[in-house]
Amino acid sequence: MAVDEQQKKLYQKNIKLYQPKSHVIKNGLKAFLIGGLICTIGQGISRIYMTFLPITQEEAMSPTLATLILLAALATGFGIYDKLGQFAGAGSLVPVTGFSNAMTSAALEHKSEGLVFGIGANMFKLTGAVIAFGVLSAYLVGLTRMLVEMLINS
Amino acid sequence: MERRGKQTWHFDQPVYIQGAGTAVGPEELKGPLGSCFDVSYDNLYAGQENWELAERQLMQDAVEVALKEAEKKSEEMDYFFAGDLLNQIVTSNYYAREVDIPYFGLFAACATVMEGVALAALFVDTGTANLTLTAVSSHNATAERQFRYPTEFAGQRPDSSTFTVTGAGAVVIGKKPSLIKVTDATIGKVRDYGIKQPFDMGSAMAPAAADTLITHLKETRRDPSYYDVIVTGDLSRVGSGILRKLVQDKGITLDRYEDCGVMIYHQEQPVFSGGSGAACPAVVTFGHLFKEMKEGRIKRMLVVATGALLSPLMIQQKESIPSIAHAVAFEREE
Repeated sequence: MAVDEQQKKLYQKNIKLYQPKSHVIKNGLKAFLIGGLICTIGQGISRIYMTFLPITQEEAMSPTLATLILLAALATGFGIYDKLGQFAGAGSLVPVTGFSNAMTSAALEHKSEGLVFGIGANMFKLTGAVIAFGVLSAYLVGLTRMLVEMLINS
Repeated sequence: MERRGKQTWHFDQPVYIQGAGTAVGPEELKGPLGSCFDVSYDNLYAGQENWELAERQLMQDAVEVALKEAEKKSEEMDYFFAGDLLNQIVTSNYYAREVDIPYFGLFAACATVMEGVALAALFVDTGTANLTLTAVSSHNATAERQFRYPTEFAGQRPDSSTFTVTGAGAVVIGKKPSLIKVTDATIGKVRDYGIKQPFDMGSAMAPAAADTLITHLKETRRDPSYYDVIVTGDLSRVGSGILRKLVQDKGITLDRYEDCGVMIYHQEQPVFSGGSGAACPAVVTFGHLFKEMKEGRIKRMLVVATGALLSPLMIQQKESIPSIAHAVAFEREE
């Protein structure tokens, strides 16, 4: 006796009461605070670089990003970042530190399979999609912009 | 063996637990049943280089304790039944390479333990074997890596998710009378009510558990009050609530009902809605519940091990999670 679609729908409706609610507002607030905090730290690092090094705000961006990536990778290795992620959700996932964590965690995870087929092949397992669609969307946005510019100028 | 109904085996020949062993990791040791386990480790590596080897170490520890308690050597075992959660059940296969016993590799996700016990009991009952060894294992980090994300990945898990138990359980089943007798087994059918959320396996497994439990009671013509306790494998806080409702809808009230996934951890531990994994029902049954039986606090119990037959690949292909549950009844021999 296989279960038909109607029974499945009824079951899924009936069990709603037993399933824990997701805390959208609480989680949103936590994500906002931690995400904001990470960005503030980034801003602080950028200011430090601009104060102590002879560089402009634009030039300070790359070392700032590199610093954040390094810090997040270290925090991942020390087992802190996943705890932060459980608390902050999207707040720690969306900034560049989240990208760094996704790469580092995959690299760590596959260390036992060796340098090339383990770390090398799996490092981009989670972030590969971000890169692929990042490149694609950059291309599409660039193309759109070029077309719009051509239309306006013509 | 006498068949009762379509799915239930009643063992009318002597089938007894000769010895049982458990090994667990750090989080299980901190739980309320921590003192019941035979071997424990304060970290996930269990003295090994990687987590797959750690899981194999846990299985080895559990088997060694079980054999010691049974006062038998591994070469005296006629058959070895084992399973775990990893692809190609590698923990069991590689451990079977060491023990040199005719081997059945099993997979029923977290229901594997009772599938193994049921088959082992059947072999002993029918005279196919005099002594059998059954073992299962799961490891939090190996399961996370295979079914979800890398362990250090900072994804947020919902409250309905479960925490894979790090551990292994092993049991020697044979003819020689002991305090614990294996009396019945009900083999479950796969049930799927269209749950697609891998972070909510309790909801996926509850219908399978209810189906096996109701079938068992019907085919053995028993009332739930026949058992001092009915336990499910790893329905967790979410699934055990659903199970109660599902059986209540059929007019059955469960008075003494517990879930291994809820029993194994304190509520304050970071385990969301409870424990899961093949080792979860194994270590709770062989570690805690068998002890309760030996000390006379439980005389009859039914263990319904539940398994979410989850495959990440199938989930990505938009399939839902089929589930299974196998039940085994144990009775204290006076």
